[in-house]
Amino acid sequence: MTDRPLLEELRLFLSDPDTWWGPASIPLRLVEHLLLSAAAVIIAAAVVIPAALWAAHRKRGVVVATAVINIGRAVPTFGILVMVVVWLGLGPWPALVALVALSGPPMFTNTVAGVLAVEPAVLESAWGMGLSGRAVLWKVELPLALPVIAEGLRIAISQVIATATLAALAAGGGLGRFIVDGFAKRDQGELLMGAVLVAAVAVVAEMVFTRGHRRLLPHRR
Amino acid sequence: MNLFNWEWVGRNWDAILERTWEHVYLTSVAVVVGTVLAVGLAVVAVRRRRWYGPITSVANILYTIPSLALFAFLVPFTGLSTLTSEIGLVGYTLLIIVRNTVAGIDGVSQGVSEAADGMGFTPRRRFWRAEFPLALPVVMAGIRIAAVSTVGLVTITSILGQGGLGYFILAGLRSFFWTQIIIGTVGSVLLAALIDMALLGLQRRLAPWTRRQAA
Repeated sequence: MTDRPLLEELRLFLSDPDTWWGPASIPLRLVEHLLLSAAAVIIAAAVVIPAALWAAHRKRGVVVATAVINIGRAVPTFGILVMVVVWLGLGPWPALVALVALSGPPMFTNTVAGVLAVEPAVLESAWGMGLSGRAVLWKVELPLALPVIAEGLRIAISQVIATATLAALAAGGGLGRFIVDGFAKRDQGELLMGAVLVAAVAVVAEMVFTRGHRRLLPHRR
Repeated sequence: MNLFNWEWVGRNWDAILERTWEHVYLTSVAVVVGTVLAVGLAVVAVRRRRWYGPITSVANILYTIPSLALFAFLVPFTGLSTLTSEIGLVGYTLLIIVRNTVAGIDGVSQGVSEAADGMGFTPRRRFWRAEFPLALPVVMAGIRIAAVSTVGLVTITSILGQGGLGYFILAGLRSFFWTQIIIGTVGSVLLAALIDMALLGLQRRLAPWTRRQAA
């Protein structure tokens, strides 16, 4: 990269007013990153979790779920992202479509797995008590599956934050921009700051989620 | 729009093979180094329980950091090199393999360990001859997950000028050329499937008694 010492480059990047205010500043990129990630997770969760709950309640989707787990792990997110971007064009919307598509599978598989893991004896007694199908789903299966569903949500969130970083390669905004621009401009200061910011967001999001999870489901571990 | 150009594939066959080989190389080095490190860490965690928390926490933080950020973080120190890629790739294998190894060893029944003690095995021999082989299927399951994920992650090292088949994804993004993107993505998926099957074969050789349940 460049010949300037790393600390000097960092100092230059951090003392540039554009770093702190304006269209390419850290606060704006952070907001972009968080909004994009949150929108993707919320849209995917709203579509995927109800569908998965219903499928698992009807004991369908098991085969699909296992296939999705196995294939999903092997598909490079980078490839999917690039495909969507080349298909729909550059910009934040294609990135959102890709992120929604990528955060769906972990939520789907975990929701299905969580519901299917409910013990048959529990289900039988629920049916035996005369609960309707809907009541079995809402009062028995959903509460018992909740920890596994929450784990799926956690995986989806950390994957979306990571992929939103990659989105900068193709689409524009988010904190990944500093990394991509840092590479392009051979600016190690910007590169390093971008990396630290993205890592911090990912780790903090994970911590916040784990805390919230424990608070909401205190009877689990 | 022409989605797939077979003629391009024919003309670039050598480059595709070369990148496939690079992909296999980057993946193998990462998985082998990651396995050695992770099994070592897991052994430490099993012997000294209070280390399990810190070891998995550090591995978990590494695992949480998005790959592009981890690679970018290393570049000012190790440059655009294979070393940079491998440090990142190895880092991502640790959590899964450590967790599975510890779970596998914990799953060995107490009776087996006591029988080994009764036969006069030293603790070291008991571990390597009785407990570890019995934990092997679970350890291998972890290695397989790590290997398949690594194949996907290797594509991102294309930004460091490597990337195996990911090179074609990045090139296709720059030129909006579908054939390259498909070759990179589909090739990577196929490679992951092949490596997974190879590891399954290895597992059946190393632990033939698991032939039934492993799949």
